[in-house]
Amino acid sequence: MKKHWYDYLWIFSSIYLILGLFNILFAWLGLICFLVPLMISVVKGSKAYCNRFCGRGQLFELLGGKLGLSRKKTPPKFLRSKWFRYGFLTFFMTMFLLMLYNTYLVFAGASLREAVTLLWMFKLPWQWTNTAFVSPWVAQFAFGFYSVMLTSTVLGLVTMIAFKPRSWCVYCPMGTMTQGICTLKNREEAKTWKKGHKKSPSC
Amino acid sequence: MSCSKNIAYIGKDCVACGVCTKHCPRAALTIRKGMYATVDYDTCVGCGKCSTVCPAGVIEMVAKEVKVV
Ligand code: SF4
Ligand code: SF4
Ligand code: SF4
Repeated sequence: MKKHWYDYLWIFSSIYLILGLFNILFAWLGLICFLVPLMISVVKGSKAYCNRFCGRGQLFELLGGKLGLSRKKTPPKFLRSKWFRYGFLTFFMTMFLLMLYNTYLVFAGASLREAVTLLWMFKLPWQWTNTAFVSPWVAQFAFGFYSVMLTSTVLGLVTMIAFKPRSWCVYCPMGTMTQGICTLKNREEAKTWKKGHKKSPSC
Repeated sequence: MSCSKNIAYIGKDCVACGVCTKHCPRAALTIRKGMYATVDYDTCVGCGKCSTVCPAGVIEMVAKEVKVV
């Protein structure tokens, strides 16, 4: 199949994660991965971001598919169920809002906490970054956002190894959110599709 | 006269990730408005590749009657 420029966006996703290790402030760039998919789904009503431009999805495909770091087993059914996907999205967004609140606290005068939190539980001390030249809240947001990106990457890698390369895409909050927006935008068509859906097609 | 051929059938839990569309050798799959994947039954040759790669495991291979005059 012909390769396009966007098939190489996995390089940017990898560089993003590495840059964050050197200077946490690069974490701000990750906002692109939040805002672009949302904008595309709201304006265009499509999941073009997931389907074409997501470097993270491509990275999992590459590591799990081409490099064979995946067992290539179908994930358990619950992973694709609505309650799990939307439950995980709710949890993820709650933690995201909490991170924004912590950023606000620092903006309001609380002291900066130089740590990256992995899997919402494990605090990794991260004191080697020089953040003195920006406001403390700018640095706090970077720590929080990098924690979100690192956590989702770790979860993605674990599910990539255990199941299929892009199993993360089944419950990725961005994927769930953009599909939800597209479904809301095309409510009638989505309903018709669901209604006409049988266990197997009429042959 | 008719005979049956295997085709891909997308289950209702499709997450519209688009993985299947990248692997289909016949480009028979498209993502419909960011909601779910659809199969062009005339183009699908039933190779099963999409079903193997679908991370959600929602693609079934089923028999479909086709007319061959
Ligand atoms: S579901 Fe998430 S990781 Fe997968 S392609 Fe979409 S945004 Fe990227
Ligand atoms: S069965 Fe093969 S030809 Fe048919 S949609 Fe799947 S990958 Fe494409
Ligand atoms: S790979 Fe599976 S879940 Fe993803 S779009 Fe295709 S059918 Fe849907």
